[in-house]
Amino acid sequence: MKMLINVPETVVADALRGMAVAHPELTVDVERRVIVRRGAPYEGKVGLVSGGGSGHEPLHGGFVGRGMLDAACPGEVFTSPVPDQMVRAAAAVDSGAGVLFIVKNYTGDVLNFDMAAELAEDEGVQIAKVLVNDDVAVTDSLYTAGRRGTGATLFVEKIAGAAAEEGAPLDRVAGIARRVNESSRSFGVALSACSTPSKGGPTFDLPDGELELGVGIHGEPGRERRAMMTSGEIADVAVDAVVEDLKPDAPVLVLVNGMGGTPLLELYGFAAEVHRVLTERRVPVARTLVGNYVTSLDMAGCSVTICQADEELLRLWDAPVSTPALHWG
Amino acid sequence: MGRAGLHSGSALGLTSADPRRVLTAPPPFPVACVDAACVESVERHPMNALPADGPTIDAAFLRRWLDAATTAVDREAAQLSELDSPIGDADHGTNMRRGFLAARSAIEQEPPDTPGGVLVAVGRQLISTVGGASGPLYGTLLRRAGKALGDEPAVSAAQLRDALRVGVDAVAQLGGAAPGDKTMLDALLPALDALTGALDAGGSTAEALDAAAAAADEGARATIPLRARKGRASYLGERSVGHQDPGATSSALLLAALADTAKEAAV
Repeated sequence: MKMLINVPETVVADALRGMAVAHPELTVDVERRVIVRRGAPYEGKVGLVSGGGSGHEPLHGGFVGRGMLDAACPGEVFTSPVPDQMVRAAAAVDSGAGVLFIVKNYTGDVLNFDMAAELAEDEGVQIAKVLVNDDVAVTDSLYTAGRRGTGATLFVEKIAGAAAEEGAPLDRVAGIARRVNESSRSFGVALSACSTPSKGGPTFDLPDGELELGVGIHGEPGRERRAMMTSGEIADVAVDAVVEDLKPDAPVLVLVNGMGGTPLLELYGFAAEVHRVLTERRVPVARTLVGNYVTSLDMAGCSVTICQADEELLRLWDAPVSTPALHWG
Repeated sequence: MGRAGLHSGSALGLTSADPRRVLTAPPPFPVACVDAACVESVERHPMNALPADGPTIDAAFLRRWLDAATTAVDREAAQLSELDSPIGDADHGTNMRRGFLAARSAIEQEPPDTPGGVLVAVGRQLISTVGGASGPLYGTLLRRAGKALGDEPAVSAAQLRDALRVGVDAVAQLGGAAPGDKTMLDALLPALDALTGALDAGGSTAEALDAAAAAADEGARATIPLRARKGRASYLGERSVGHQDPGATSSALLLAALADTAKEAAV
């Protein structure tokens, strides 16, 4: 498969060099793989650090900036970053007010962030952690590692970031982050498999004419394969899955997210279908964001994330943000 | 026997670089050597293998293991990633290769002088370079095992077994996995049992590690019909059935390198 790369081994470093060129407002350490908001640490402000495997861009590096993350640690493609990166990031953004680690629920991310938290605390940085596990596709049971962290990561990073920007203390920022996670649910759909640079081709087999309902952001299978459906039929399944699980009784934030390989033209059409279903289910929508934010390399497909937002969460969502991928106010 | 310089008499003529070898392992037949090549060949003769409860494993031994393990991981990287393709994200081999190459070059630059020191240093490098779940899990296994060995300049196979047990327990705790969950534990736990069995039966270090490697390989193969219950493969549920676990496979590979190292050292 043709890819716009030099060699698979350098894709992450090459992308970081590009981020450094495009975003002088960020400090990009290509060698040590840490992206830091320029000017950090900010006096009295809680630092927000996230990270995870690469391949989900703009997550997480594209969310570093005012009102969102203070630092991001990109790992290899679909591979958790290592503790050294997180410890370095924590040290770079800690003003003395402590640091919140935002961790997606994958075994590797959890283990590496846990190790990093211990090491950073040894260095005198106060650490709090929040685990994002919003994907309803995989049933929570004794026999899995729990629900996967996907689209809600954007809501958590934006809303907790706004709280930290306002000067909220660590326990409060962590509390808000957890509340956002608990109030959010996601469901993803793949129309094609994703291709990793190291493999040079699709990582799983999804035949023409079929889709995968409940897919993960690494191409992990979800609930079932079905014959290809229309945008409206996909919206029915995805919205039902998240609404049935969350049972929202307040207006919701909606993220209509592209997996990386689906054009915005199709995503906007899908967003209209998502609204139709939410209206039919009598779920009021407060805000809608459409775009490729939590991606899976070149996978075609989409995900829907809804977050039940009380007045405080809505106000923090609307607060100004200035990052490479999200910018308003 | 065709060996020059072989006389009847005592072993007093044997000049070994390591005096412990003379003390703990008198050759089973009378011998005296006049040159280094003879000493080498006598020491390496299987009949002269040290008893497994002797300190057969030193820092140089584990550095040779690291070299063999790195070569094996490098050679099998594509295969490990291929196993990781249907139930993971096809990168286990790439990540392990990156970690072991980094560990080998770190150890070459600053070689620790105790076996515990080698394991701790390798573990630290794996934690810092592998990423994913494999980095913390393998890194913790080796670091804890290395710490359990302490500052001893050389350890016995039984001491190594005890230290590995400490490391494997730490892996089980960290990953929260149990036997049969289709993880690296399914290779490591049978390997420890086989190692214990072989040592109890009076086997040499090489024999015991060979039994451990065989049990690990068998354990890795036995993961094929299992359903994954930990790690990213667990999200596949029933679809993980029918695939050999990549982590169990790499564990078997590392133990095979350990067995080979012991065989070459004739310990």
